[in-house]
Amino acid sequence: MKKSFFRKRKLSGLLLTALLTMAVLSGCGSDGTGESSEDNSSKEPVYGGSVVVGIQQDIDSLDPHKATAAGTREILFNIFEGLVKPDKNGDLMKAIASDYTVSEDGLIYTFTLREGVKFHNGNTVTAEDVKYSLERASGLLDGTPLISSLSVLTGVEIIDEKTVQVTVGSANTELIYSFVAAIIPAGSGEEESGTPIGTGPFSFVSYTPQVGIVVKKNADYWQEGLPYLDEVNFKIVNSPDTALLELQGGTIDIYPYLTDSQAGELKDSFQILSAPSVNVQALFLNNADPVLSDVRIRQAICYALDKDLVNQFLAGGNATLISSAMLPTLQTYYVDLNETYGSGANVEKAKELMAAAGCPDGFDLEITVPSNYEYHMQTAEVVVEQLKEAGINAVINPVDWNTWLQDCYTDRKYQSTICAITSDMTPGYLMNRFQTESKKNFINFASAAYDETYQKAAAAMDPEEKAGYYKQLQQILNDEAGSAFIQVPPITIAVNPKLAGYVFYPVYVQDMSTVYFIE
Amino acid sequence: MTYLIKKIATLIMTLFLVSVAAFLAFQIIPGDVVTSILGTEATPEREEQLRRELGLNDPPVVRYVRWAGSVLRGDLGSSYRYSKNMNEMMPVEELIGDKLPVTLWLAAVTLVMIIAVSIPLGVFWARSANHKAGALHRFLDGALGVTTQTTMAVPSFFLGILVTYLFGIVLKLFAPGGYVSYEKDFWGFLGYLVFPAFSVALPKIAMTARFLRNSMLMELQSDYVRTAYSKGCTGRRVLYGHVLRNAMMPVVTFLGMIIAEIVAGSIVIEQVFGLPGIGRLLISSINTRDFPVVEILILYITFVVIFVYFLVDILYRVIDPRISEK
Repeated sequence: MKKSFFRKRKLSGLLLTALLTMAVLSGCGSDGTGESSEDNSSKEPVYGGSVVVGIQQDIDSLDPHKATAAGTREILFNIFEGLVKPDKNGDLMKAIASDYTVSEDGLIYTFTLREGVKFHNGNTVTAEDVKYSLERASGLLDGTPLISSLSVLTGVEIIDEKTVQVTVGSANTELIYSFVAAIIPAGSGEEESGTPIGTGPFSFVSYTPQVGIVVKKNADYWQEGLPYLDEVNFKIVNSPDTALLELQGGTIDIYPYLTDSQAGELKDSFQILSAPSVNVQALFLNNADPVLSDVRIRQAICYALDKDLVNQFLAGGNATLISSAMLPTLQTYYVDLNETYGSGANVEKAKELMAAAGCPDGFDLEITVPSNYEYHMQTAEVVVEQLKEAGINAVINPVDWNTWLQDCYTDRKYQSTICAITSDMTPGYLMNRFQTESKKNFINFASAAYDETYQKAAAAMDPEEKAGYYKQLQQILNDEAGSAFIQVPPITIAVNPKLAGYVFYPVYVQDMSTVYFIE
Repeated sequence: MTYLIKKIATLIMTLFLVSVAAFLAFQIIPGDVVTSILGTEATPEREEQLRRELGLNDPPVVRYVRWAGSVLRGDLGSSYRYSKNMNEMMPVEELIGDKLPVTLWLAAVTLVMIIAVSIPLGVFWARSANHKAGALHRFLDGALGVTTQTTMAVPSFFLGILVTYLFGIVLKLFAPGGYVSYEKDFWGFLGYLVFPAFSVALPKIAMTARFLRNSMLMELQSDYVRTAYSKGCTGRRVLYGHVLRNAMMPVVTFLGMIIAEIVAGSIVIEQVFGLPGIGRLLISSINTRDFPVVEILILYITFVVIFVYFLVDILYRVIDPRISEK
């Protein structure tokens, strides 16, 4: 039974490879994710109207502090706001706070509230609301931190009606990014009705499990002129195939998760926009595995990969290749290390290293892949073929997402896995997980030098010094071949040609406030 | 009477065993519901809190007994996964109650289609096949054979996509994914169900018609047919009065199986057409390890299957009075 399943996978992999090759050769693969054919942004915006946005996952929680899935947070972004919020450049803009200062030692944050920001229930945001929200999210309220990065908060004081002071236990300049945490009305977490109330450009209307979530325009929104749309319907679409049919049938106006081939099919009837995602995709290697604990073996795997080909096959050449865990879009901190292992395959070098490590004839490698992610599955199929060239006998073990979470992430009982880690706006988020003792260090990376450098990076107050440490961290991760990092896949989105104003963020966000109809 | 008591006892016993089996399966499969809900970013305190809230720290036996006890008291529990609002989880009752009408209406429309098409088709086909002479009849028999065989061979998700593509995108008879809630617009809802129902019904129609044809052809060989003819019955009367009635027996069993299947949720078709029904809920609940929802859905499906078989049993007695005499 199991055997025939694998054979089937292999066959479909071959078929897929053949199809992809055809697509690349005929050239439609590469113009699939190009720029949109016509630029709508110059046309006059029209107020009103409603759009349907296709989403892939159901909402995991309507509580902005408890929601953890990226797919939920990108929607709740429209309903809730924090003291600060991300802008499209990956910087912070002031939202509910009109200003803030950080003390020199980095331990005291003072926020001044913006005048006249109103909740969706009509009440003005007060210092009490801010205090309540921050205490709730940080665990000061009941001892259970809901947002882990805020658990360093030691106190929230109301200075006056418009001023709130936050004290923290240890200084870290990246903490300010955590104040994107939603501000909700004081006491609303405990209320019986518990309707989601925030200050965002859209207010909550209804949520139906498995169907979706509907939001409507917040007429009192503090940013003049926004939003344009009257209503947004986030509709859950179950499979990519269904999504394509619904786009073609006109039921969905915006769909953010297109594959390269789907983009090709839609390019005549939709605007196709593309930008780098915030995912770091890699063949993650369990450094504690008996075979993979040898750094030469891990390096051999890095050499054996042909990342260029993966990029061509899966992303039509639109992905960004990487060799460490930092996103290139975090420009201040990123250092390009693609030279080390090269972007093509270096089979000679891989074999040399394997011979030095005592397995000249190759070895067996199991790649566990969360099978709900088609993209990772397809990557794995390409990677298996590439590793074969170097004599590494890799097999794919497809598992469902929760099995992956348990086996690979929590228990770390796996050899290697292809998946992606997502990022927020801070460099620390991507890098802190590789500290030896980190709960998130699912690859069992162990480097004393790394741990030490990370502590310095976190404590550094000077931006330049901080960036230097982060570059060192990437170098260590790359030298030690902590994992075989592959690429930052592009995100490709279909937008109804009657719409304009869609903005990409370097974080997981579907901002509908700037979207408008052009006629 | 004893028959009824026996049936009910079997039902209860089966439901109990199935619920235990489902519970055990959930203990065995990998995947932790707390990580599933909280993701990878949660603090240990939050994980602990949730574990306590859901009562996951207790031994399995205690959890099962507590769960079964509350179900017996009529409290179906709350979903681990779906929230009703910011701080309340969705009661299973409400969650399923919302989805059940979708599946039931889909089943109803499908069933009407199956019966309305397959039985006349089966009879017509049997007549064609029975006329050994005549090129037209031979052709019809062959053509129907090929058509039904093909229809049965197409996997339902593919059929669903084909139907969507043909009727939704090429002919524009409906908007793919344009499902409207039955609470909002009942007729619009029913209209949208026509195409998913057609996708479910098509292979079943083929199977039922084929089944009926073969069953009728077999009956036509029986002695009583010759007797009927010899006592002066017309062909039509023999066919509808005697043969069809006898030939319906295995078809009713078969229809029973089909009904059980579609009432339990047409999982694949619900996915393809974006219908928020029971089948889709079951899949997503298993994926998210939402035990309270899965357990109740499995019990529902078990109940439906047993109940429909019970109805089939009764129908037998109506069609063929000899059975109850035995």
